[in-house]
Amino acid sequence: MDTKKETWLIIAAGGIIGVIAAFLVFFGNPQNMGFCIACFLRDTAGALGLHRAGAVQYIRPEIIGLVLGSFILACFRKEFSPRGGSAPLTRFVLGFFVMIGCLMFLGCPFRMILRLAGGDLNAIFGLVGFTGGILAGVFFLGKGYSLKRTYKLPMLEGQLFTGIQLVMLILLLAAPAFIYFSEAGAGPGAKHAPILLSLAAGLVVGGLAQRTRLCMVGGIRDVVLFRQWKLLAGFAAIFTTALLCNLLLNAFTPDTYFNLGLTGQPVAHTDGLWNALGMFLAGFGCVMLGGCPLRQLVLAGEGNTDSAITIVGLIAGAAFAHNFGLASSGNGPTANGKIAVIIGIAVVAVIACLNTFRKGKE
Amino acid sequence: MKTVDARGLSCPEPVVLTRKAISSGDTAYQIIVDSPTACENVARYAKDQGYRVEIEEKNGEFTLSATK
Repeated sequence: MDTKKETWLIIAAGGIIGVIAAFLVFFGNPQNMGFCIACFLRDTAGALGLHRAGAVQYIRPEIIGLVLGSFILACFRKEFSPRGGSAPLTRFVLGFFVMIGCLMFLGCPFRMILRLAGGDLNAIFGLVGFTGGILAGVFFLGKGYSLKRTYKLPMLEGQLFTGIQLVMLILLLAAPAFIYFSEAGAGPGAKHAPILLSLAAGLVVGGLAQRTRLCMVGGIRDVVLFRQWKLLAGFAAIFTTALLCNLLLNAFTPDTYFNLGLTGQPVAHTDGLWNALGMFLAGFGCVMLGGCPLRQLVLAGEGNTDSAITIVGLIAGAAFAHNFGLASSGNGPTANGKIAVIIGIAVVAVIACLNTFRKGKE
Repeated sequence: MKTVDARGLSCPEPVVLTRKAISSGDTAYQIIVDSPTACENVARYAKDQGYRVEIEEKNGEFTLSATK
């Protein structure tokens, strides 16, 4: 397929994803959170009791759908390929700190776009930091950063992560007593679209992201590294259609779906510096991982166990963030969270240096 | 012909290696990758740089021949 067709395809896919994200809010998801991979993994971690923050506990069907959608389309297109072995523990650590950065900002790169589309200007600070983090990562990529190669693995190994998602779906539907769900009015975890709708949304977005290789971090990275605009076009399309849908929905119910400004934004705080630093960490870590949290889910669905390990790292990061008071809230960042973000930036920088400048000595 | 073996490397390393090889200024390269994503990305980059790209797939591995 030529570049022009690829670009139009990703613009169409991004457009559809933006509409889906806006309407998930209409059907019950928290505001500006039609999709948020970080928040949804955090909610799922809470539902499993890995943290006990009562406001954010729910097995998000969107996550299950994203992985299944990617898995189904990858199988259909003969692109399912079990592989792994490229520095799994390093990827776990990177995933852990990407989540710390995301929960400082209160959203993954995907939600950053959706927050912008909802008029939340705090996300501009996030975008500035995110771009800075990507530039830092691109510096190391240009110098030869590599987590070394992956290897082919047995079929079962590649299917396991998708199998786990089916178990999560059963747990969501059966809702046994050992699974925690936020009580009505308790917070974002209690706000969700109907299960089937969320699952279907995840399936469609997972399929579209698998087909187009959509990646929030790849967009800016590829423009800087290769002057290629394809992935950024998808990023822009999500923003555009989500914004249009929010404005449309807002016309019927004012101040609900679009509220331009810095203060009073849903599930957000106004500390610009820490919004930027949180997303700096997320952007830096994601470039070192080769993709944003959404892309990691899609790759895991395609059988990539390194991405599956990354997601386990993201989940562990979410659990730690809430168990140790690292996650921000609407009131702002916490002291512990600030320390964790600084440590995270240092750790990602050390990982980047060691995997860039030491390879000749091995 | 210069050969770039980018098998097993994750995005965007195959393209970074291709870019490094192309910077030497040769007119023909062979790039080996083992994922459809890497194949698409490398092909797109080489075409953007003015190369004609032919792709051969065998047992899940893609050999891209880029010539000017």
